[in-house]
Amino acid sequence: MRASTLIVCVLTGVLFGFGLAYSAMVKPEVVLSFLRFQDFGLLFVLGAAVVVTGTTYRFLPRLLARPVLGGGFCSHPSQMTRQTLGGAALFGIGWGLSGVCPGPAIAGLGVGNWPLLAAIAGMFAGAYLQGFLASAQSRPIPGDAR
Amino acid sequence: MHQFFPNGVGTYLIGGLLIGSAVSFAFAMAGLVTGMSTVFSSSWSLVSRLPYFQQDRFVSSCRWRLALAAGLVLGGVLFLFTVAHGVTFQTRIPGWRLAIGGFIAGFGARLSNGCTSGHGICGVGSLQLPSILAVVIFLVTAIITAQAVATLGGA
Repeated sequence: MRASTLIVCVLTGVLFGFGLAYSAMVKPEVVLSFLRFQDFGLLFVLGAAVVVTGTTYRFLPRLLARPVLGGGFCSHPSQMTRQTLGGAALFGIGWGLSGVCPGPAIAGLGVGNWPLLAAIAGMFAGAYLQGFLASAQSRPIPGDAR
Repeated sequence: MHQFFPNGVGTYLIGGLLIGSAVSFAFAMAGLVTGMSTVFSSSWSLVSRLPYFQQDRFVSSCRWRLALAAGLVLGGVLFLFTVAHGVTFQTRIPGWRLAIGGFIAGFGARLSNGCTSGHGICGVGSLQLPSILAVVIFLVTAIITAQAVATLGGA
């Protein structure tokens, strides 16, 4: 991993985190007020981000043969599986209970929102359990002739 | 319109444009698709020998995802000392709800391979049907959960 890539990632994070703070997404109360139909502003955050991102994803590879730093344009196809849809349902329950999702949980620390450390600890634990269960499932069964 | 947008739409719109610009910047410069929940799995590759975490997609992206996360915090700090004039914010949501909600959201996002940024911005931005469905599903379950908590007297 080149240093220039890491610098790009830090700058991406700065812009992303500033945007999350500017749009008040680092305040779980604001996210919950959306989920309770009291303030629909979150739709503008998501909508604007999707339009800009979608335009870039669609048209940039036609303008540039490769990324500025070289390599290739990654694509990350999402899978139509029970895990994708069931996991999304669970994610929503956790998001609706706490008002916190991964990006704002991390960016929120920058604005001094220390209580979000509890959410981050929970996310690391939840991600560990998911990886633990996935490892257990993929382990070859003893005696299985694969 | 005021009843739907008591705080206006300007800050939300600008924030969303900045977030979209950030995702676009990472893609234009390095070709990276920057969902935020994967860092919670890829970081485990540093300390856990579990085969799931030792997959190449986590091991090879671990460092840049941590750099991205560090940038997120710095972006919050930048906001704090410019727009917010140094006034910090702490949520009043009870710690148990943050911890348990974070646990469920972390487990679910990693099972689903995406969260509000991975599915919501990157996946929907590239018009992928599984991501669009995932967003509809998590919006519905989040709205039901948040409304239920409010009905039971939670903040």
